[in-house]
Amino acid sequence: MEFRVERDVLADAVIWAARALPSRPPVPVLAGLLLEADASGVLRLASFDYEVSARVEVAAEVSVPGTALVSGRLLADISRSLPAKPVDFAAEGSRIAVTCGASRFTLLTMPVDEYPTLPVMPQSSGTIPGDLFTQAVKQVTIAASRDETLPILTGVRMEIEGETLSLLATDRYRLAMRTLPWRPSDPHASSIALVRARTLLEVSKALGAAGDVTVALASDEESELIGFEAAGRRTTSLLLDGEYPTKVKALFPDHSPTHAVVHAASLMEAVRRVALVAERNTPVRLNFVDGSVTLEAGQGEDAQACEAVEATLEGEEIPIAFNPQFLLDGLDALTTPYARLSFTHRQKPAVITGQVEIDGPDDGTYRYLLMPIRLSD
Amino acid sequence: MSRRQLSRAHGAANFSDEGDDSECPILHVDMDAFYASVELIDRPELRGRSVIVGGEGRSVVLSATYEARRLGVHAAMPMSRARRICPQGIVIPPDHRRYGEVSRRVMEIFQEITPLVEPLSLDEAFLDVAGARRLLGEPATIARRIRARIAAQERITCSVGVASTKFVAKLASGLAKPDGLLIVPRNDTVPFLHGLSVGDLWGVGERTEATLHRLGLRTVADLAHTPLQTLTRALGEAVGTQLHALSWGKDPRPVVPERVEKSVGAEETFSHDIADHRAVHRELLRLSDRVASRLRAKGAVGRTVAIKVRFDDFTTLSRSRSLPEHTDSAQTIYRVAGELFRGLGARGTRIRLVGVRVEGLVEASEGHHQLELGERSQGWKEADQATDRIRARFGSAAVRPASLVDGSLVDGEDPCRNIRPRGPRGRGGSDG
Repeated sequence: MEFRVERDVLADAVIWAARALPSRPPVPVLAGLLLEADASGVLRLASFDYEVSARVEVAAEVSVPGTALVSGRLLADISRSLPAKPVDFAAEGSRIAVTCGASRFTLLTMPVDEYPTLPVMPQSSGTIPGDLFTQAVKQVTIAASRDETLPILTGVRMEIEGETLSLLATDRYRLAMRTLPWRPSDPHASSIALVRARTLLEVSKALGAAGDVTVALASDEESELIGFEAAGRRTTSLLLDGEYPTKVKALFPDHSPTHAVVHAASLMEAVRRVALVAERNTPVRLNFVDGSVTLEAGQGEDAQACEAVEATLEGEEIPIAFNPQFLLDGLDALTTPYARLSFTHRQKPAVITGQVEIDGPDDGTYRYLLMPIRLSD
Repeated sequence: MSRRQLSRAHGAANFSDEGDDSECPILHVDMDAFYASVELIDRPELRGRSVIVGGEGRSVVLSATYEARRLGVHAAMPMSRARRICPQGIVIPPDHRRYGEVSRRVMEIFQEITPLVEPLSLDEAFLDVAGARRLLGEPATIARRIRARIAAQERITCSVGVASTKFVAKLASGLAKPDGLLIVPRNDTVPFLHGLSVGDLWGVGERTEATLHRLGLRTVADLAHTPLQTLTRALGEAVGTQLHALSWGKDPRPVVPERVEKSVGAEETFSHDIADHRAVHRELLRLSDRVASRLRAKGAVGRTVAIKVRFDDFTTLSRSRSLPEHTDSAQTIYRVAGELFRGLGARGTRIRLVGVRVEGLVEASEGHHQLELGERSQGWKEADQATDRIRARFGSAAVRPASLVDGSLVDGEDPCRNIRPRGPRGRGGSDG
């Protein structure tokens, strides 16, 4: 195996391909990055940790085709540090020589035949503009649980229904749901997948900048894999297994007798300020009256804070308390200048939606449902 | 009970239960041989005999009557040694629950006199009675009244030291024992102290005492007349300065009442060691229920759940976990206690004692609860409140978790058999 590749091309490709390197490899070969130099002038890099696989194809001047497995961690460190010159790879017995300008590295290789077969990418289900995908994933993953003892809730539920893609995540205290249009391969397709939120977020950030993203999801019930592809980069991930609590969707109230509209950034700033005195997991208390919302945090002998923000209120005045971080997450996920907070009762879920104008309609494509904190009376 | 009996040096013998108490607002009240005295209440035939309170096997002496002490038995001595030097001693196993009850009633007596009560342990406390004088009389009068009241109400004796500072009051009660009262008038504090051995001072343990002896300092008078510099060089800045101040009767520490209890706990020693861990879990549930009930009665909620497990070889393990929010729910406390117990991986071991404790208490009004999606606004909290109301009317056995009903009772008494709910969904309590 012998090939030459540009430093920047190599560095980018290795960063992408190294994403599926396990930090503690269950078998030694999984610490390796698979290099495949094809006579057609293509270099393929791949990694796999049994759950996630990452593959990338880049152009290279291949003089001798071949395959090699080298330490991914080491190759990533090296490619990041090389000078901006072409990089030459050459197999020398059981080693690979990497030369770039005056630098020369010799890497040990691992047995390629012991490397597991990479999973096959499922058929494309459709495509979606990368920036939209990145935004939607970010809006939803904030509500996914980080508690690994409840694996199902660490996932994002993706539902494909014809030309609509919807994403849903919850950690039992809040629920974020985004629906967006996309271009399905089959206009009548209908499928469901539960993808680990962390994986989805990383993939969407890495692929989102590169134009359209292809989502590949087998439509049958037995499907275990989901794949994403953009600009020569591909990744597959095992789906999470288990019964997702889909009934939570019914928690979005049919109608809310009370809602308030506030300038989202102003409310966030105020929440951040008063929350400075709220110890971990203690609430910020909001009192919505006509014209304003008053925020308070801290109580008893502890430090206290209070601030008022302009708000328009439809319906009855309502006092309600939230975990400040949960509230901030929901407001931060909005892409509009105004936030609408809809209420039914101080101990029932509130819903946050975005609004472009202060007296316009709200945008139902993103909804963030948040359970309040019950105060002792 | 003090580590050593106080040296009844020449100077101290001149003090008595009479004297000028006008500038002596600090009382130190100490029960005499507390555990042993409580045991003697129901067994008057043992009065005048050597009685030792302590467990079996490898345990230590917890308390002993003065008859046994005269033979050299003292607290924290291994039981085996106590039996050897006092073979005629009658050994009684401890009943901590009972000591706790008596202690609580004694502390209540103190509270009636002044809110400035600083408990040091179950059986001793400092009282600052400066503010109680107009109502109740001079400090020595109050001290006599406390002694009489405890003797009449609880049928045990105590000793009281009356002095101008905490540490002198504590020394005085030690010298008054048993069943005595000693007043150290403010103006006589220095002569009183100077008659004592250095080892009698608060904060002088065996090592410090040895250091002082090497310097040739045996009495507090010796210490007082040693240059401060010499003391700080030998003992360090903090200890040297403190001992020098104490030797001249200077002790600025005020009586600090304990405002909020920091924890609520309950523990149970099984009548025989238990290997069946389902039974241990039932006991954890019962203890969690009791702790939760006491929290609610106090109007407190806590954030840390701790368990204590003692195995048959007396190895004792403690584990604790802090929760995201405060709780007074038996369900929550039991869930965490059960997980902590399982986390010990103690399968198959024989267990002697388990305890459940909730720490990090705050007032319930400062507690709050992050609701979960779909959570009913009425739940265990309301069930707990209903339980409390029933228990207030019919006693603590009237309602209990279903798994503690029927054959799984750890304690036998069940005075309210007829009003027990019929099962897990029993509705006997919902309108109580």
